[in-house]
Parts: sequence; C-alpha cells; structure tokens
Amino acid sequence: MNELLLTVLTLSLLGALLAVILYIVAKRFHVDEDPRIDEVEKMLPGANCGGCGFAGCRAMSEALVTRDNISSLFCPVAGGEVMKSIAGYLGKSAAEKSPMVATMRCGGSCDKRPKVNHYDGALSCAVVNTFYVGESACAFGCIGYGDCVHACQFGALHVNPETGLVEVDPDKCTACGACVKACPKGLFELRKKWPKNRAIYVACRSKNRGSVVMKACKAGCIGCGKCEKVCPFGAITIDSYLAYIDPKKCKLCRKCVNECPTGAIHIVNMERLAREPKPAAPKVEAPKRESNVEPKADTANKE
Amino acid sequence: MATRLFAAPSPHIHGGESTRRIMGDVVLALIPALAVSAYVLGWRALMITAVAIASCVLFEFLIQRFLLKGRTTIGDLSAVVTGMLLAFNLPVGIPWWIVIIGALVAIGIGKMTFGGLGCNPFNPALTGRIFLLIAYPVQMTDWTTGVPAAVQSPTMFDSMSGATSMDAMSGATALPMVKENPELAGNVNFGDMLFGQMNGSMGEICALALILGGIYLLWRKVITWHIPVAVLGTMAIFAACVGLGEGGSLVYELPIFHLLAGGALLGAFFMATDYSTSPMTHKGMIIYGVGIGVITMVIRLWGAYPEGMSFAIFIMNAATPLINKYCKPKRFGTK
Amino acid sequence: MKTFPIGGIHPSDNKQWSKDRPIEVMELPDQVAIPMIQHIGAPSTPIVKKGDKVLTGQLIGQAVGFVSANIHSPISGTVTSVDVYPNGQGQRRMMVVIKREGDEWMEDIDRTPDIKRDCKLTPAEIIAKVKDAGIVGLGGAQFPTHVKLSVPDGQKAEILIINGVECEPYLTSDYRNMLERGEMILVGVEILMRAISVQRAVIGIEANKPAAVELLKALITKGGYKGIEVQTLQTRYPQGGEKQLIAAVTGRQIAPPPALPISVGAVVCNVSTTIAVYEAVQKNKPLIERVVTVTGKELKETHNFLMRFGIPASHLLERAGGLPEGDVKLLNGGPMMGRAVVDITAPIIKGCSGITVISGKDTPRGVEGACIKCAKCVSACPMGLEPYLLSKLARLQKWDMAEEHNTVDCIECGCCSYTCPSNLPLLDYIRIGKQTVMTNIRARAAANNKK
Repeated sequence: MNELLLTVLTLSLLGALLAVILYIVAKRFHVDEDPRIDEVEKMLPGANCGGCGFAGCRAMSEALVTRDNISSLFCPVAGGEVMKSIAGYLGKSAAEKSPMVATMRCGGSCDKRPKVNHYDGALSCAVVNTFYVGESACAFGCIGYGDCVHACQFGALHVNPETGLVEVDPDKCTACGACVKACPKGLFELRKKWPKNRAIYVACRSKNRGSVVMKACKAGCIGCGKCEKVCPFGAITIDSYLAYIDPKKCKLCRKCVNECPTGAIHIVNMERLAREPKPAAPKVEAPKRESNVEPKADTANKE
Repeated sequence: MATRLFAAPSPHIHGGESTRRIMGDVVLALIPALAVSAYVLGWRALMITAVAIASCVLFEFLIQRFLLKGRTTIGDLSAVVTGMLLAFNLPVGIPWWIVIIGALVAIGIGKMTFGGLGCNPFNPALTGRIFLLIAYPVQMTDWTTGVPAAVQSPTMFDSMSGATSMDAMSGATALPMVKENPELAGNVNFGDMLFGQMNGSMGEICALALILGGIYLLWRKVITWHIPVAVLGTMAIFAACVGLGEGGSLVYELPIFHLLAGGALLGAFFMATDYSTSPMTHKGMIIYGVGIGVITMVIRLWGAYPEGMSFAIFIMNAATPLINKYCKPKRFGTK
Repeated sequence: MKTFPIGGIHPSDNKQWSKDRPIEVMELPDQVAIPMIQHIGAPSTPIVKKGDKVLTGQLIGQAVGFVSANIHSPISGTVTSVDVYPNGQGQRRMMVVIKREGDEWMEDIDRTPDIKRDCKLTPAEIIAKVKDAGIVGLGGAQFPTHVKLSVPDGQKAEILIINGVECEPYLTSDYRNMLERGEMILVGVEILMRAISVQRAVIGIEANKPAAVELLKALITKGGYKGIEVQTLQTRYPQGGEKQLIAAVTGRQIAPPPALPISVGAVVCNVSTTIAVYEAVQKNKPLIERVVTVTGKELKETHNFLMRFGIPASHLLERAGGLPEGDVKLLNGGPMMGRAVVDITAPIIKGCSGITVISGKDTPRGVEGACIKCAKCVSACPMGLEPYLLSKLARLQKWDMAEEHNTVDCIECGCCSYTCPSNLPLLDYIRIGKQTVMTNIRARAAANNKK
C-alpha cells in the first residue's frame, strides 16, 4: 500500500512540476504574432507553390499583413477574387490582374521535327541542355523529358507520347510560373486567359533564319512576316525571324492563322476563319496540327 | 543496318560493375560456408537455405509486383543474398515455417518498407534474425534438432567432466557454454572451431570457410578491409584488455576464441559490410567497425545474451546516418 | 611511382588501335569553317567579310578582352560566308567559311622544318607572341595559354609542369607528338620556362607510355636541356587533370576553388600546346593545325592526322573508312570527358585532340538501378566529394545543400558514373548542380558588389 501511495505521489508531483515548467517556458518564449496572418493564410490556397515569389503561403500572408502597399503582391493560384477578399479583410487595395495561363510555345511534334540522333543520358531536359541542342536539329524546341511536368504541382502538364510535346491543361493551370522557370529552352509564357480557354499563340521560339527552321522542323515560324502585315491591331511583331502575338493587343480575330505558311500559329478552342478562295495556285501548306483543335478548315471552306 | 547516332553527356564508357555482379560475388563467397554446413549438418542445411532464399525472392517479387506495382528487381540477386544470410543465422533444426516468417520480416519490414534496395537503414537479414530470436527464442537456440548424432555432442570439448551439468548443456554453442561454465573453457579445441566442428547457426560452424569467403570479397573489391579489420581488431583488443585485467587465465578472455566463436566472422565479413547500412567513407567505416566490436564484446562478456554480434550491427546500422553526416571524405586541397 | 592522392580509376586505355600509327599530314581541304569561339572566354570578332582574300596564318578573328584568343585562317583562299552554323552539338556559332585557293602563307611565317633552339626574347615578348598566335590549351580545356603564362603580381611560379599524361583512354595525339616531335616539345619547354621565369620543368608521362619517356629522356641528355626532367607517373585516370597532375608531380594540392594552380607555384601546359608555343615563338606560326587522333574499335582504319582546323569531322571519318553500322557514339575527345557529336559536318577546332567512335553494345548506357550506397563513387572521386549525394541533391534541386557539399569542386572527370554499379547518371546531374551553384555564387557576388 505504501509503495502504491508513493508511486502515485511521485508521479503526480512530477506531473505538476513539468506542467509549471511548460507554462513558464510557453509564457517566456511566446512570440507575438498578428492573428490576421493565420486568417490570411487560411484564405490562400495553401499550395505553397512559390508562384507569388515567396517561399510559401505563410511567407506570402506575412507579407500581405505587414506591408502597407500590397499592390505588387499577387497569388496567381487564388486569382483576383480571393486577392480582393484578402485585401478587403485587411483594409488594403488589391492588385488587379487578369487570369493567366501557361502556354507551351513549340509545335515541333515528332512527325514535323524529325529526330536526328538518339539521346541516351539522364532523362531530364536540363541535362540535355548542358551539352547539346537535343534530339532534333532545332536548338529552340521542346526536348520532351518533362522537367516542367515534374515542376508543376497542379498536374496541369503532361507529355503527349504521340507528339513528344508537353501539353497544358488550362483548367488545372494556375499560372504559378513553375514551368516557366523549369524549362531550359524558355518555351513557356504566362499568357492572358481568354474566356472558354481560348488561345492564340505562335508555337515556335526559333530565332533562326527561315531556311534553317525549315530544315529542322516543318511547323516552325520562319519569320515571313505575313501575319504581321495582316494583323489589324498591330498585335504581332517579328523579332529575329520570329513572330510574337501580344495577348494584350490581340482580339482573337484569327486573320493571321490563315496567313501562316507553316501552321506555326496555334489556336485553341476556336475554329479557323473561312478561307477566301484564292485564284492563285494553292500554296504548299503544311497540314494544321494543333493539340486542342480539330482541323475543320476544309469543312469551313465548303460552306 | 543503318547507323544510329547516340548522344549523352560524358562519360561514355562504364566500368562494367553491376549490382547483380556484386551480389553474385557475395553469394559465391558464401558458398564454402554453405558447403561445410551441408557436409557437417546434412541435407537439412541445404533445405533451410533453399527455403530462405526462395521465400525472400518470392516476397520481394510479390511486394514489388502487387503492392508497389512497380518494376521488379529480383534479377539483381540482392534478395538471394538476404535469404542466404538469413539462413546462415538460423540453427539447422528450425521449423521451415519460421524461416518463411523470418523471410517475410526481412524483406517486407527490413527492406521494402523503407523503399527497397539501398534505402533500408537496417540489414534485412539481421532484421529477420532478430525478430525470430525474440519471437521464437526456444527454436532459435535449439542446436540439437536435425543435427546428426555424430556432431551433436560437441567435440570441441575433449573431456567432459560433470555429466549432470553437461546434460543440460548438450548441444549448446561454444559461447553460452563457456559463459556459464568458465571452468570448461580450458577444453576448447580451436582446430574444430576453425574446421567446422562447432555447434551454432548454419553459417557459423566453420570459421575457415567464412574467412575464405571474406578474402574472396576483398579480392573482388566488393568490400574493403576497413569494416572487417575494425570489427575483428576491436574485439580482439577488447578481449585481450579484459583478459589482462582479470589475469588472463580464462579462455573467455582469449581474443582468438572470440574471433572464431559465434557469428563474429560472419558478421564482420558479410553482415556489417552490407552497403546500404554501412558508412560511405573509410573513416566512417572504421568508426562503425569499432562500434560493432565494442558493443559485441560488451554483450558477450557482460550482457544477458551469449552472442552480441547481430545486436551490435543492428545498433551501429542506426548510427550510420550520423556517421555519414560527420565523416566526410577529405576534400581535395584541404588539410 | 608517383600519382595523385585520392580517388581515380583504371579504365582500359584502348590506345592500341592508334598508338603505332605515325602522324600523317592531312591533305588540304577545299573548304573550312572556322568558329569564332574555340576557347574559354568571350567569342572573337570576325575581322574579315564575305569576298575577302585571306592567306594561311592570317588573322581572321580578333580576341575580345583578356580571356579570349585570336583565330587565324588555316588555309588561303576566299571568304565565302561569315554566318552562324551548327557546331558538333548542334548549337549555332558564328563561323567564317573559307574556300581554298592554293596554299599561300603569310610571309613572316618560317616554314622550314629545322629546329630553331635559341630564344633571346623577354618573358613579356614571349607571352605577347603566344597571345598573337591564338594559342589555347590543346588538351581539351581550350583555356587561353597567354592567360596561364601571365603570372599575377605578387605571385611567383616555381615549376613548369608539362602534361604528357594523356590519361584519357583511346587518344594518342599527345603520345605521337612526344615520339615524333620531341625536340620541338623540349625547345617549347625552354621557351615556356623563360616566359614564366622558372628554373625547373617536369614532363609528366604515365607509365603506359615507356617509349615516350625513354625518347624524351634521351633527347634531354643529347641536347643538354637544363632543368627539364621526365617524371614517370602511375597509370591512373584522371592524372591529366590540372590539379591531379600538380599533386602527382609536386605533392602539393591546390586549395578548393577559386584558387588557381599558381597558388602552389605551378604552371601546367600540355605537350601539344608546348609545340604550338614553340612554333609561334620561333617560327612565327599561329595556331592553325594540330594532331588529331581518329580511333575506335570498329573503325576500318585509325589515324593520327596533323591537320588544319575547320575540316569537318565527316572528312576524317571518311579517311577512317566511314562510321560503322548500328549504334554509334561519335565523340569529340576521349570517352571519359569528350563531348558527343551529333552533327558530323561540324568543323574540328583547337580543343579537339581526337575523334573517338564508340560503337555496338558499348554505345548505349546500362539500365539505371537504385543507389545501393556502395560508396564506390566516393572512393573513385579524385576531388574527395560524395558524388551519390551531390547527384541526389541536384536531382531534388537542393542547390544550397549542394553548395555546402562543395559541388563546385567537381572537375567533371566522370569517375563516379564510370564506377557506379547501378549505372546511375551521377555526373549528368552533378553537372547541373555545379552550373546552378556557380551561377548562384556569381549572382551573390554581383549583388554584393552593388551594395
């Protein structure tokens, strides 16, 4: 009986002592933190993707709470609505940003851009890029080992085994920008997200002269400038044999698509304009091949 | 046939070393010990080994194929090595179903749980053995069942005095026998220990065969000298020091006895040198080996178990990441 | 026998295919393409334009900045184009294309074959001549030689080490140079000793080239060359690495980066580079040709060519009987550090000591397995690193940790990948880690400078 009592007493005393110590430590080392940081963090998506430029959502919410001017802070994953509500909660003004989507600008699929050698090293685009241009003769095109796919936390990217190219799922893409950083060839761009996931872009980054591009890839931009001339909004510029469509100026009129001799201008979730019948002999035109678009140009012509 | 141009970063040639070759060498190095145990203990030794190997390979295959749904890597022979080592750590009379349980623990818990080959923090065969030792202590220390009568009464004790105490001891291995009856120690016949007339786990009965295998591994550069020398050297020095302290009259303090008895050689050459559970640098290997030697001797001399090799390796396996963290190779150009 | 202190491997040297082939002078090509970057540092500026007539040895590319090298026309003829063309790795580089018309040399170049030994020039004059001649390290690194010879103020060279190691398997160009142009090497060594004001030079040669060792020793005695000795080194890769060679010869180890060889008083120069220095200083001949080995197990013929730069690799392969059928890897350099060539029309440049053809079942890499922590890479690393760890960290993009584990020390010798029993592409990833960490370090330094 005595032993039992002693045991109970000792343990109770020990417990009480430890509780006191814990209490004192907790008091002494307590860090005062703005409770709003926790609240803001809850409002953020919690993906910790780093798309905002901070190490994670916690760091972002700290910045949102502590900084007076938060117009330079934006969470691409949450989007404008959430940023507005966070700003409202904090009584600050939020940054206005239209939604964006990552776009992979290479159309050089296996059939358009033949392999000229067989790569046998570590399966990583970055490794390929350390010593040579890749399996095709194009120095600018998609390598296809999916460094971007591994970088994407949202599962928005995948390599299409048929084309050997990376494709973006616009519904899953949050425009965090991880792929932009991961691609050693700089093929990704965060472009304006039009309604219904429509898009138009030049699927080529080759700054080589047209003749060189043609040798390496049948779907590349040769810098002919026809699109630039036809664009009514001045949205297209040509720099070092490469056309670029400025999404801020583009109105999705699609006039350029029909002009492009190589099919380097891709349209997504839209149909091509009906082509006016031309009296001149039909030009040699590479057949259109977009990942998301059915080639309906022929039917459109018949109508 | 057309010419296909390959491209890869340098280097463009390979030394030809492969995991399968390394594991194959280990299997080959274990063959002499297996042969001796088959010769001394009979066909049952082969059967237990076969059961252990087959079940290890099968469990690895099943887990990789159906649980992990990945590529199976049984072709690299690492499961064969695990199975063989596990069998070598068991008494020959052990029921076959215990062997299968041991294999399941070794492969399932010891290896696959941690991510398979190269990721296991503890030697899988040892994990299996220690599990069995704790779960089935009776079967694991029964050194008589299935052993031919000629070998059953240990010949290494030339003259047996005190029949009553010996009856109780019949079939015990050298270590516990001497531990409990120090006065018998003078009768140990080292020749028998060396050539395979001592009782014990299947792989431990012939010291010479194990040394032969160890030399083969060293020659093939599968292992380096650091771990075996550190383990055995520490044990010898430790035993010698203790012996000196106590007058040096008892065989239990003879270094040579400790090196030949029990699992010292099997552990030092085959178990402690397991790649993924031993340190990466030579300096680390020596620290690791010394640790194993000391812990083994502490357990052998003063612990509850007569043999401490497996526990010592197990404990030092746990210390390996720490050793790796602090024992870095010497950086070129630094003092 | 001396060797470097840690790590290293013993690959089979495979020099038997080409080491007994004497140096042949390659016939002049009809056309050459001369890249404006054949060295480490800034690309040179082309100073000729389309239609210009050039003579052999005429300057066509002007060095830009200190770490850069001049480039000269290897043939005489007309410039047909100055434009970007793909190099062996498919990367487009500025090149000057020249169509050959005869072989007319610049007048000040001495083309007589006799050895001219005495040199009365001052160190500064020698270095200026080396710089004008556009000489870069011909061992493969292509580092401008005049930069190496310019010993910084406050530091003093004590020893000149001549790299005749040629530890890279397959290649025999340095070996043939030592056998056939030994006298030129020794005069070159004398000039180099004069340029950096040292009294002692050591020619390091591996034990698998006894003929070269004996020949050079005999030449030294015969010619009474003072202060030059030949040191036989144990055969072991990567002995030809600058740091390894200095450690092997002097026993001194260069401190980790950014320390340079001069910090231990050593200057290292390759034997082929030494010949180029001799020709530049004594004969006024700029660097327009070199000895290139063409070798491979399945090639019909192997050769050691003395050839002008700018000749396409395909031309050499034709002389060797064409590429074998099946799987083939074509390498600019040897199999340990050479670069894979994917465009066989690309020109041979200064740093190309050989074209190695690996074919058949040796071509593809083995199937990758799991790291079994065998520590063979740790034992093999000549820089005392942990390749398995650095590779893993680079794979996981833990750049800070890779930096902590000294990934910038890596000399990319490839010993780790060579020894790995699981066929892991260790160096592939370490290289990325090293590049990223170096970029980070430079960015930090730039940020600090701004402050």
